Amino acid sequence: MGDWLLAPAHYERLLEGTIATVQILGLSFAFGVVLSLLFGVARLSKRRWVRAAALVYVEFARGISSVILLFIMVIAVPILFGLRGASVMLWGSIALGLNMGGYGAEIVRGAIQSVPRGQTEASIALNLSPTQRLRHVVLPQAMRIILPPMGNLTIEILKGTALVSVVAGFDLMRATQNLVSTQLSVGVAGVTVLFVNVLLIYFALAQIINGLFRLAERRLGQRFEERRGRRADAIPEVAL
Amino acid sequence: MNAPDISLDVSDKGAAGVRMRGVDKAFDTNVVLRELDLDVVPGERVVIIGPSGSGKTTILRVIMTLERPDGGTIEVGGRHLYHETVDGGRLKPASEKHIRSVRSSIGMVFQHFNLFPHMSALENIMLAPVKVHGKSPDEARELGRELLAKVGLSEHANHTPGQLSGGQKQRVAIARALATEPAVMLFDEVTSALDPELVGEVLGVLRDIADEGKTTMMLVTHEMGFAREVADRVVMFDNGQILEEGTPEDILRNPQHQRTKDFLGAVVH
Amino acid sequence: MSDQVDLEYQPHRKWYRRPDVVVPAVLVTLGLSFLAATGTTQRSYRSRMSAPGDTAFDAEYFFHLVPQMLQGLYITARSTVLGFLVAIVLGLVLALGRRARLRVVSWPAIGIIEFVRSTPILVQFFFAQALVRATPALSLRGVEILMLVLGIHYATYASEAYRAGIDSVPKGQWEATTALNLSPWTKWTKIIIPQAVPNVLPTLGNYLVAAFKDAPIADAVLSVAGVLFFATTIRNNDFRAVEPYLLIGVGFLLVSLPAAWLVRRLERRIAYERT
Repeated sequence: MGDWLLAPAHYERLLEGTIATVQILGLSFAFGVVLSLLFGVARLSKRRWVRAAALVYVEFARGISSVILLFIMVIAVPILFGLRGASVMLWGSIALGLNMGGYGAEIVRGAIQSVPRGQTEASIALNLSPTQRLRHVVLPQAMRIILPPMGNLTIEILKGTALVSVVAGFDLMRATQNLVSTQLSVGVAGVTVLFVNVLLIYFALAQIINGLFRLAERRLGQRFEERRGRRADAIPEVAL
Repeated sequence: MNAPDISLDVSDKGAAGVRMRGVDKAFDTNVVLRELDLDVVPGERVVIIGPSGSGKTTILRVIMTLERPDGGTIEVGGRHLYHETVDGGRLKPASEKHIRSVRSSIGMVFQHFNLFPHMSALENIMLAPVKVHGKSPDEARELGRELLAKVGLSEHANHTPGQLSGGQKQRVAIARALATEPAVMLFDEVTSALDPELVGEVLGVLRDIADEGKTTMMLVTHEMGFAREVADRVVMFDNGQILEEGTPEDILRNPQHQRTKDFLGAVVH
Repeated sequence: MSDQVDLEYQPHRKWYRRPDVVVPAVLVTLGLSFLAATGTTQRSYRSRMSAPGDTAFDAEYFFHLVPQMLQGLYITARSTVLGFLVAIVLGLVLALGRRARLRVVSWPAIGIIEFVRSTPILVQFFFAQALVRATPALSLRGVEILMLVLGIHYATYASEAYRAGIDSVPKGQWEATTALNLSPWTKWTKIIIPQAVPNVLPTLGNYLVAAFKDAPIADAVLSVAGVLFFATTIRNNDFRAVEPYLLIGVGFLLVSLPAAWLVRRLERRIAYERT
């Protein structure tokens, strides 16, 4: 069993890398979610040009290769706009977020379209504004449908974070590369041990993401079911 | 055509009249409303009957702005719904803001309830008063409880739609529409989706609203008994046009057209 | 409140009035003519080179790079297709392994599938490279490693696609084959697979496009002479970064977008014929 473990110093390096990876993932996820909501709703706008613009973004974001986009955003764009010393973590996250937004927008769009029409009609009958309709009636219901595929998408982005190592960013992958030379001396076994450990770390991170999303799904489902332990005259807890 | 009489647009109890002129609506090649002229007096209770596909639901949907008419004008409480008057008395197409403003006096109850499943009954009712009519949450809650009591569902304030029966859901839907204090209420086959034993509780609520006389009511329904009791006027609609109209006695006892006779014969009274 | 129109698919209209056909066609034509126009530009740019770090975008230089970019693009595309062929075959093996009744076979299969799918392909590239370095006996070129890793990685996805396709065949079909006492061979080749395939094809198509997007990674890790390698080389040699990277972005999209659209049409065709 001990053969599968690395030296403690190695694990420290890998931990540094893992933290960096999680940071990049968090930033990318934040960008990606905002873009997904924005463009997912835009895809269904009444105005044609808004729909068209959103479609262009979605096609581009889904069609481009992540690694090429990374290179463009981390190297080409800063030069083009004259920004010196651009942070790889920031621009890398922007690139990953842009990429995620394309897929996320389609998830959001599909979910919104799957909310029964009667819900939108009822909110029109109550004279809610389009924004209010989206915020209070449609999106809360669409959320249930958005979460599962969004979880899978987040795991894909996790895999994407490894690419920053290729544009000279620091993450778990970069930490691994730094250790490869030490392991090469031990031969195939050494290399395998290192990579199996790293792959397990990614696997574990993926499971954590899965778990978080499933937790969110469950809590959302509870809102749709009974409000536990409330008496009929208790004050409703929803902040309207 | 006579000049519109302002006192006929809004009753002293606050109900509004509806005036439809030359309304056309087609879905692709299917013409559903054909140059429809329809007047509803403030506070009147109008029941619209007819075979499915005749367009009777579309009348309600076009008033509720769920569909846009291809032609014609609609006035609610003396105000044009889809048009704005410019200087000189001409009409131009209305802005979204104008439509919303007129729409605030119209309410609708749907055949399939369309309650918001992620909110409790009380929250369903409170949403519009708070978000659209600017009431404080406390005021809205107060109003919500009153309305729930009115429809007989006080104990279910915190239940979500999933926990309610069909009849209860529809009563909540009615309370939700009433919370916006509409001058015109539209009811689209509100008992058609209910099990027979649950129909009565909903009709009871409708009867109460009719008795109060504070709202104009337009109902599409198959409940002929209800029509006979409550309606001021019954309109038989077929193929995009009004076939005949009159008091419940006239239409239901003494239909003039063969089509009406056939239809009534097929519908269980 | 607008009616809910199906935003994209309008099969009853003439093709030139359908935005979902016209827009891609126009874009692809523009793209191809842009490439054709550049075939004539041949100049030596060393003498005209602006100082390193110059941020202006040089359009003529941009077009000058196109032929080289196309070469790299071809290498990337070819490696993708070949690697994917491996994936299709290997995926079938994995799918069958997963369905095996012997736990000794099915559990490792599931394990491999889940593990490879949940981990970054980049790591797998590095792993493969490190393994090859550590084993003097194995001398594989970068392209070969790329194709192998693509093959293994996407075999796991393909196996899931096969699984979904087979599951989509209604249970009644299986029962009918039992009732008719058909041999396993007949059952599979005449009944099950023909019904599973329409479902599997679009998914495989999507994965092919995804593989194409992953392939450039090998340029950075394994020094495969693909489209990204071209851009990086230009940057190192000519000290210009903006033009090559933007160019490969455009070039890449000119291949991946039509491919994705074709897959989508296939999807719609199949769904349309089903209803």
